[in-house]
Amino acid sequence: MSVVPTTLAVSVARRPSALGRLLRRPSAATAVGVVGAFVVIALAAPWLAPFDPVATDFGAVRKAPSMLHRLGTDEVGRDVLARLIWGARASLLAGLIPVTMAVLVSIPLGLVSGYAGGWIDDLIMRITDAMLAIPFLIVAIALAAFLGPSLTNAMIAIGIAALPVFLRLARNTVLAVKAEEYVEAARALGGSPLRIGARAILPNMLPPLVIQSSLTVAAAIIAESSLSFLGLGQQPPAPSWGTMLNAAQRYLSQAPWMALYPGLAIFAIVLALSVLGDGLRDVLDPKHR
Amino acid sequence: MTLPRYVARRLGVLVPTLFFVSLLIFSLQQLLPGDAAVALAGEEHDPVAVAAIRQKYHLDRPVPIQYAIWMGRVLRGDFGESMRNKIPVSQLLAAKLPVTVELAVCSMAIALLIGIPAGIIAAVKQGRPVAVAANVLALSGLSVPHFWLGIMLILLFAVHLGWLPASGYVSPWEDLRRNLATIALPSFVLGTGVGGIMMRHTRGAMVETLGADYVRTARAKSVRERMVVLKHALRNALIPVVTLGAIEFGRLLSGAVLTEQIFAIPGFGKMLVDGVFNRDYAVVQGVVLVSAGLYVLLNLAGDVLAFLVNPRLRGSA
Repeated sequence: MSVVPTTLAVSVARRPSALGRLLRRPSAATAVGVVGAFVVIALAAPWLAPFDPVATDFGAVRKAPSMLHRLGTDEVGRDVLARLIWGARASLLAGLIPVTMAVLVSIPLGLVSGYAGGWIDDLIMRITDAMLAIPFLIVAIALAAFLGPSLTNAMIAIGIAALPVFLRLARNTVLAVKAEEYVEAARALGGSPLRIGARAILPNMLPPLVIQSSLTVAAAIIAESSLSFLGLGQQPPAPSWGTMLNAAQRYLSQAPWMALYPGLAIFAIVLALSVLGDGLRDVLDPKHR
Repeated sequence: MTLPRYVARRLGVLVPTLFFVSLLIFSLQQLLPGDAAVALAGEEHDPVAVAAIRQKYHLDRPVPIQYAIWMGRVLRGDFGESMRNKIPVSQLLAAKLPVTVELAVCSMAIALLIGIPAGIIAAVKQGRPVAVAANVLALSGLSVPHFWLGIMLILLFAVHLGWLPASGYVSPWEDLRRNLATIALPSFVLGTGVGGIMMRHTRGAMVETLGADYVRTARAKSVRERMVVLKHALRNALIPVVTLGAIEFGRLLSGAVLTEQIFAIPGFGKMLVDGVFNRDYAVVQGVVLVSAGLYVLLNLAGDVLAFLVNPRLRGSA
């Protein structure tokens, strides 16, 4: 006896979304958790920080970690934990803003360069090559030096330094996608270049840019801490992990805790972002699947 | 394609690249807030000095002419003069180059010693704990902020154990033992980072070659596994690693800015930072220009090496 089903059971399992596939990997899921935790810490800094991050206390200079100051105090008696929590803001901002800048500039330029070709493409690519010929951090340092030291200028410098990688990636993706049949079809149907760019090409540019973003945010965070360490980024007394390490270097033998925690924080977030980048590549890039 | 033709073709791309590099570095000067002559004069606010600089660097002329004059000097090896100590920048560069080269060579040696064996292990023992450990190590080497690692190593080896000096540099001609002692920690710091990159590329290439037909054939002929891995697979896997090694070496040569700063090693990186802080812009431009040039040339060297060891490139390129 057969029962006619009232609803047709869909036998084709829906392919889980990219996010779902990413979170199924233990390493990537952990990485998402770590990055998420840093974001929460940065957002909730005013509520989480046990002390004012810039309040000095000359009665508690370079005190070792204790119940009151969990991670100790620095050379002018500021609470290291409070500065670490507030410092997450500078680091995450310096990771996100320059990369967002670079992505937003590279999409239109990459589209123009890849789609138009010709002398525009040549010009943009030669400038990109020239920028890639100078190592990332050197570009950032040189720009920050000439722009003047501040967190904003450091972010601009990092954004410009990060631009060529994204630009080349965007342009190469456009070139690859341009040759696909569905783009040919869209063109044959009389779509305007703008429409083809936005509807047929843009969606395909995003996965490689997302993967690269995750890795570049990590590089940008290291760059910000490096610039701040050198005195070219966040200016004291505002907290940043890089400036904390700069101060710590002078009191290495007396107050090693000043150097330990900011570095661990940078290490943790950069490691998490690298693992996340690897996971994203495995999930989004068909060649790596 | 023959080697000379390949090199000629690559040089054809290189010249415009270097032209744009020089243009970028020159235009940094235009970013200086306010009057460039005043900024270039640094601490000197004497109007006579400012006027002298304006005249010397032709800052009163149109920008394209300024660039042409500047480039003409650079091509003759004249990078200007350091504002700080009135020494030609070219002379300073020549003095710092051997230090940076030594640091780069030592770092590269450490990177290869760590990266290639770890990459082989990770590929051969895929999924086993030792491979996972190698992967974690490589990823850590890539993610650790080097200047912080440097600080931590100083804390351990100089402050606590007292085995190595915390900073400073002694020339090898002066005292080789002390030279090696001063260069050990910075080389290790830089070597771990590059080692992580080398490891990941060695692993990737090894996984690919280990799955290749000729490796299966070798195994079928019951060649000993050690021979299969080291001779058949590794030899081919090293091709991309060689190219990458040349590029990474170029990056090391361009100055390990923060590492040199922390260990007070007087190489290109420290010269750049000192230039930045003394507002000694000719020094900054000189270092960036020379390091970019070296980087581009080593990139070319890497490609030529790849071309030489990989016969397949000769047909297609």
